[in-house]
Amino acid sequence: MDVFQIQNPKDIDAAVSGGATANTAQQGANVRFLAGGTTLVDLMKLNVERPQKLIDINRLPLDKIEALPDGGLRIGATVRNSDLANDARVQRDYPVLSQALLSGASAQLRNMATTGGNLLQRTRCVYFRDQDMPCNKREPGSGCAAIGGFNRNLAILGTSDQCIATNPSDMNVALMALDATIHILGPEGRRAVPIADFFLLPGSTPDKENVLQPGDLITHVTLPALPTGAKSLYLKLRDRASYEFALASAAIVMVREGNAIGEVRFAMGGVGTRPWRVKDAEDHLRGARMDKAAFQAAAELFLKDAKPQSGSGFKIELAKRCLVHSLQSASQLA
Amino acid sequence: MTDITPKPGASSGPDRRTILQTLGAAGVAATWQGNVHAENVRAEAATPPSPPVPDDYVEVEMRVNKQPVSMRIDPRTTLLDFLREHMHLTGTKKGCDHGQCGACTVHVNGRRVNSCLSFAATHQGEEITTIEGLGEPEHLHEMQAAFVEHDGYQCGYCTSGQIMSAVALLHEPCGPTNADVRELMSGNICRCGAYNNIVAAIQQVRQGT
Repeated sequence: MDVFQIQNPKDIDAAVSGGATANTAQQGANVRFLAGGTTLVDLMKLNVERPQKLIDINRLPLDKIEALPDGGLRIGATVRNSDLANDARVQRDYPVLSQALLSGASAQLRNMATTGGNLLQRTRCVYFRDQDMPCNKREPGSGCAAIGGFNRNLAILGTSDQCIATNPSDMNVALMALDATIHILGPEGRRAVPIADFFLLPGSTPDKENVLQPGDLITHVTLPALPTGAKSLYLKLRDRASYEFALASAAIVMVREGNAIGEVRFAMGGVGTRPWRVKDAEDHLRGARMDKAAFQAAAELFLKDAKPQSGSGFKIELAKRCLVHSLQSASQLA
Repeated sequence: MTDITPKPGASSGPDRRTILQTLGAAGVAATWQGNVHAENVRAEAATPPSPPVPDDYVEVEMRVNKQPVSMRIDPRTTLLDFLREHMHLTGTKKGCDHGQCGACTVHVNGRRVNSCLSFAATHQGEEITTIEGLGEPEHLHEMQAAFVEHDGYQCGYCTSGQIMSAVALLHEPCGPTNADVRELMSGNICRCGAYNNIVAAIQQVRQGT
């Protein structure tokens, strides 16, 4: 690990101006914000991240969960995953978020990991984590060892010929289905980015994973109030019963209207280069009868553009079954 | 600058590690010099020369097992290495060193964390508790006693992490069943596979029997 400086900013503005000196806010950044450290410290030990300066944001006043006047929720960037998952308002109003968080990592890691950090969690692709292997995300232009390599845990949606790395987060999948907004303070001021616009597809620049620029600090995330009667849940399928990343997961928000489906939103994890949502699949379900045939048709639409890799063909069927099963479960709650 | 309070919470008598270190040093000395007494070797080992402190080291102040500690350290030092290498509190173990096994679990301000994924310099003013601060050989914490009673280990390498996790779990939201306990203990890997006995020990303490 390279030597680095640790900076303790006196306030949020000082953190932003410290961060603004970075050469990039993406892979290879020489300045990094440090929150829980569960991704960053791990990758620094592997020399995948090599910052010269860490700006410790753990003591900034970004650790509150607050109810909003419109019935929504404001979640500070340094709220720990365990505190968010166990918050009574989250458990009551957004069970999908609580369930997603509790299905991720371990109790110890959830005590450390933060909301902002989880949004920026890096892929678990083994080639990204291994300095001795080519990886376009870690070292642009070096190639992708995952294509044709070990890729059963990697993406089948949103891939390019440069990168097939999966976004590993469970929280992000729930936030996608909840239409969360990410609030950023940068050198130019404040801005709000819908989560659907926050993550970038790998395309020809897999080293650029999101819209953040140097100095941009995620300050909080807001959740809109869900429609009256909305039910939500998270289902995660993986190789082990606990403490494992998803092969496929689904976050569902559903409202019943009579015998039909009213508002419905869903996102999947473990299958996309970013948390994945398909508008056509949701449109198909709005107004449809709550039966397995409708859910199956929605799953076909969701996976329509899936491209299996050498070791991930099974994930197409797995993802469909994951989505059908979780939609059925949600319809029984709704 | 250096004000080290060695081994807060540790027992004062000779332990296996001290004996092994002394024997090891004596063995090396015997090989090199033939007739050096172990007593002299022990005296030399106790007062190693202090190397100069580099400029890029950072001052850390925290409380470890209720004792104040302040020291200048390399900013790259993880909390785990700080506890083991600087505080000589070797009850906390290094397993994977990447947050995957849980052997390094300690409490920071009462919450369990992986000490390998955290830089010591970011814990200014915080309260760290290690297995040494939990109980003593003659006054075991009830969780330590339950692990002994239920044989919650074989080789013992993961045990301090398991116990630190289990003690923290007592104050966390956790359902009543064995499956609930297993889920919240999944961040602590036991390669010997003592899981059933570990769960039995934890459930005994939770049920207060």
